[in-house]
Amino acid sequence: MLEVKDLVVAYGRIQAVKGISFTVEQGQVVTMLGTNGAGKSTTLRTISGLLTPVSGEIWFEGKRLDGVPPHKIVERGIAQSPEGRRLFRQMTVEENLRLGAYTRKDTAGVKEDIDRVYDMFEVLGERRNEKAGLFSGGEQQMLAIGRALMSRPKLLMLDEPSMGLSPIMTQKVMATIADLQSQGTTILLVEQNAQAALSLADRGYVLEVGRITFSDTGKALLGDDRVRKAYLGAD
Amino acid sequence: MRVVIPDEFKIRFRYPARALGLLGAVLMIVSIFLPWAYGHDALDDMTFWGAPSPLQLFFVVLPVLLGLLLAIPLVGKQRLGALARMVAWNTTAKTAALASLVVVVIATASIAIELGGLVNVDPGAWVALLGGLVAAGSTPFLPDSPEPTLDRLKSPAWVQILGIVAVMAAALFLAAQALSYNDAGSFITFAALLVGLVLVLRQFGVFDWLRVAGRSNNRVLVLSAFVVAFLFPFTQDGKDANMSIAAQVLIFASAALGLNIVVGLAGLLDLGYIAFLGAGAFTAAVLSESAYSHVNWHPPFIVTVIIAGTVSSVLGLIIGAPTLRVSGDYLAIVTLGFGEIFRLTMINLDGNDGPYVTNGSNGISNIPDLNFFGFDFGKAHTILGVDIGRFANYYWLMLLVIGLVILVFTNLNHSRIGRGWVAIREDELAAEAMGVNTFALKLLAFAGGAFLAGVAGAVKAHHDVSVTPDQYVFLESAFLLAAVVLGGMGTVMGVLIGATILKLLPEKLRFFSDYRLLLFGLLLVVMMRFRPEGMIAEERRQLEFHAEDEELAEEVQEELALYHDHLHPERGSFEL
Repeated sequence: MLEVKDLVVAYGRIQAVKGISFTVEQGQVVTMLGTNGAGKSTTLRTISGLLTPVSGEIWFEGKRLDGVPPHKIVERGIAQSPEGRRLFRQMTVEENLRLGAYTRKDTAGVKEDIDRVYDMFEVLGERRNEKAGLFSGGEQQMLAIGRALMSRPKLLMLDEPSMGLSPIMTQKVMATIADLQSQGTTILLVEQNAQAALSLADRGYVLEVGRITFSDTGKALLGDDRVRKAYLGAD
Repeated sequence: MRVVIPDEFKIRFRYPARALGLLGAVLMIVSIFLPWAYGHDALDDMTFWGAPSPLQLFFVVLPVLLGLLLAIPLVGKQRLGALARMVAWNTTAKTAALASLVVVVIATASIAIELGGLVNVDPGAWVALLGGLVAAGSTPFLPDSPEPTLDRLKSPAWVQILGIVAVMAAALFLAAQALSYNDAGSFITFAALLVGLVLVLRQFGVFDWLRVAGRSNNRVLVLSAFVVAFLFPFTQDGKDANMSIAAQVLIFASAALGLNIVVGLAGLLDLGYIAFLGAGAFTAAVLSESAYSHVNWHPPFIVTVIIAGTVSSVLGLIIGAPTLRVSGDYLAIVTLGFGEIFRLTMINLDGNDGPYVTNGSNGISNIPDLNFFGFDFGKAHTILGVDIGRFANYYWLMLLVIGLVILVFTNLNHSRIGRGWVAIREDELAAEAMGVNTFALKLLAFAGGAFLAGVAGAVKAHHDVSVTPDQYVFLESAFLLAAVVLGGMGTVMGVLIGATILKLLPEKLRFFSDYRLLLFGLLLVVMMRFRPEGMIAEERRQLEFHAEDEELAEEVQEELALYHDHLHPERGSFEL
């Protein structure tokens, strides 16, 4: 579904992503693992069109994606829940969700999907007219995911959804991702929390300073000694 | 710092405080039957015994309200019924007492200044001052009342409509009255009186009630506002000076509303906006039949207006396309530079340094008055026995233009485009990730705002008779921005009020105009400190500026609740 070939992205002269290739297949959850500065968020932003690659190609459903402006990429079916959630803090829950559906014109469908998000995250439904900024970190993450789902994406990209959350909240968020997975949503998940993210993943990639160092199925990576040492704190 | 009076004092002194407050009110009411000034030239001649001047009569409204606010609760809660709870009697009385005192002080100071010394202040003013001091000194000892809830008052539709119409009529009458004062003392005294009255009515809950009434009778509200604005020239009876100010206010306000799209909705800081007004004005001037224009094509004005708007918006696109990729401070600097480039270009299009278009720094003068199907805007007409002068004609034309501008503004604000703008203002990157075409929308805000300014500029050219480059300097951009910020970014009402204040004050207060930069600067600093959302707050903005307060309030509330539960577990959980 998504194919990234030899992608190179740079901020000025500094290369953040130094030629990576990976694929995401329909219905899969693919996890991208790595420390700060490994180039995970840069990769997601490039797929979303917020950054322009230096070289390399991105293909989505058989069509080139690099060079397409961000709003067209959302229309093509890729949604991102950005790092740090980046909600519209002064808007209500409902307004945030409506903005998630900005590219859609089917009012009835949007209404339906908003109710679906409220079913999925009850706390959002109960407090739909409150400002997003007043919610706790975990609830805000729910809203960020809900907002990304509002464009009915074929591919959902989540950038560090567990960042800054308590262990309990992290579990809830991961459970939500598992739910989405079982409903057949294709997900590209970027995480530092390796244990949780890899146990969900059909496929995992490990990024180190802009290069993919390992790739395997999620289970295999969880069992890999090198990965365990570097990311799971095992001796 | 606020002086806080402990609650126990307020309980202990509530009866003497009410009595003294009433005494103060009575003193002030009596005082208007005494002379306030020794000479005839101060304010509107307050030298008579037993015959109050108009200003004194207007003033007495405040102490009368104060007396009523203090006296009515005396009849008892049972007889007042729901009104006892709906109105913040005591708090409103405090506001009224303070407002009365301020007005008396201003009036007394004006008398002293205009006649040259405090010796010219007659007993009446001293009695009023004493009354004001007694009232303002005693009412703070009254217990505070809860917030007014007059907006919950259920009233039938005809009462609501009548209320709206009455308020509009009062606004028209008071505006005409305010404009009729030509000396600074009277104008300031009257203005202070109006501000005081508005504050008292707000505290009483009248505006909350009006907001509810306005919401259910939106059409009536808008229509009556326009009817009142339309009727305004009839109150002036050919007084060209006032009508000229009114027309200028409308031109200024419609440009400010255009800027409001750029700054208030899309959140882009534009410091060279006056150039778009200038572009419209120069376009209209060049296409007019002025002898200084060498263009021999003179389309009808409606075509000129469209061309002027288009020229401005094309300029907006030219300046916007390369610069809107940068944001924040960079955009401000680029637009600042653009404003300057525009002015210099207009100076250089004089036939020597460049092609002859604008007659250089002398500009294009002798622009003929507009003429619609034989209706000459330059001539005075008599309608229903009232003289309608040249400026009144332009005032009506501008009323039409501003109606159009408001229509465009509100429709955009409530559309999908408007939501995109607000998203950009709040978090551009997030908006982009949601699929908002940020670049196109920002460009649209820029071009749309410029179009509206161009239209206003086209009328301005004919209204002003001449167009010169030095009318379109950075200072004017700053004033437009100040009107938007002062009034309330993103709102229509706020910007209208802001524009009125910024245009009206320097015209009415001549001494003020020398210091207007200083005073407006001070005003802005004070506003930013105490009410950063502007006089009229956009709902969402208010939260933006006071989110911290709200978070703090929540924390305090939670702590209170914990504390309460800890102390009195038997009483169940705590709620505010």
